[in-house]
Amino acid sequence: MKNARTYQFATKPSIVSTAVSVGPLEKQSPFRPHFDHVYEDERFGEDSNEKGHATLIEDTCKLAIMKGGFQATDIDLFLAGDLVNQMTPTNFAARELATPFMGMFSACATSISSLITASFFLETNQMERILFGSASQHNAVERQFRYPIEYGAQKPPTGQWTVTGAGFGILSQYQRDKPYVHSATIGQVVDCECKDPLDMGSAMAPAAFDTIQQHLSQNKGTSYDFVMTGDLGKNGSAILQELIRTSGVSSYLVDKYRDAGAEFYGNNEKFLSGGSGAGCSASVYYGPIYAELLKKQWKKILLVATGALLSPLSFQQGETIPCIAHAVELTME
Amino acid sequence: MIFSIIIAFVVGGLICVVGQLLFDVAKLTPAHTLSLMVVIGSVLDGFGLYEPFIDFAGAGATVPILSFGNSLTHGAMAEAEKHGLIGVLTGMFEVTSSGISAAIVFGVIAAIIFKSKGKVS
Repeated sequence: MKNARTYQFATKPSIVSTAVSVGPLEKQSPFRPHFDHVYEDERFGEDSNEKGHATLIEDTCKLAIMKGGFQATDIDLFLAGDLVNQMTPTNFAARELATPFMGMFSACATSISSLITASFFLETNQMERILFGSASQHNAVERQFRYPIEYGAQKPPTGQWTVTGAGFGILSQYQRDKPYVHSATIGQVVDCECKDPLDMGSAMAPAAFDTIQQHLSQNKGTSYDFVMTGDLGKNGSAILQELIRTSGVSSYLVDKYRDAGAEFYGNNEKFLSGGSGAGCSASVYYGPIYAELLKKQWKKILLVATGALLSPLSFQQGETIPCIAHAVELTME
Repeated sequence: MIFSIIIAFVVGGLICVVGQLLFDVAKLTPAHTLSLMVVIGSVLDGFGLYEPFIDFAGAGATVPILSFGNSLTHGAMAEAEKHGLIGVLTGMFEVTSSGISAAIVFGVIAAIIFKSKGKVS
């Protein structure tokens, strides 16, 4: 492959169905009207956060399958991931769904890395329908990456709030009335030597910039309705905007730039810098953004999901936080 | 009476300000901040400075975690006087055991009654 990293999909794989479910706090999101299901119980009726996380994934996947008019047996592959150790919530949900399954981990960028991988599988014409997406559950993920919620640790203003939510979609062969994956850029790991796990936005912004720059350089002349990153938060988005502005490469994008995490909880300062987590970008991309594409409100957008590739152990051992960003260009004809 | 309450309030508050600065400016983690406070309290008592501090600030000095360090050293030194070197080991948790046991007991009670939730700041 020449000029690797950015690929176009000749078969135009289309997202034919999506579903988004969120937890009780996410009711406060301005995106609320586009969520299919808001649960009142943050453990989804289960007795532990992790079990609830698996239920959230399973229910949302079933909803995406049902909304598309399919059955679980119609799914050729389930590609997904989450942020808990060994991805047990996704693995356990896959056990219930009983579809062929491959786990994916790109931290919070899994929402897009799963879509990119699904697009490549479809290009081979050996599969018809792939279920993709990602999810996060606040309590389970905070315990994983920051502090157990019982600890009640304070977060600085740069801190973000892990979204309890799941966004899944079904990718299938080209359908004229559905948005399709035009092209994708696979990110490289970028490490700006940030060490603060309570300021992941700053750590991830350079990775997002690298991927955006790469994608735009391969799609010169394309005009986007907007470019939306995953979960840089208010803090990280400001840094990315500054990077875009000073680089000059794509200065016209400054006004057309959005971030799912920064917008997730509106201007509610209680949520500090905004939402984060694998379920943050997934529930925005495959909920409101997908709905607006279907209505042809947008015709061409670039979704850039960002992920911080740290573990609690790597952070405690004083390692920096390597980050990644994967991009997908969606088109609605 | 009123005066000593004000002193306790102000002194206790100032200790918390130091803790907050350790979070926000020095970027220490909650665990590091906690340990540092305990060590400072312990060292202060080693030099015999914590008792006069308690006499001055009352609850302002005994409630913050600094006083846990003070109690560790206090117990160790008291027992060391009676039993020698081995007393340093047995004495450390003598004064503090009530605090530790209370934390465990009340923690268990709270965990039985309530379900934990994320804290919206």
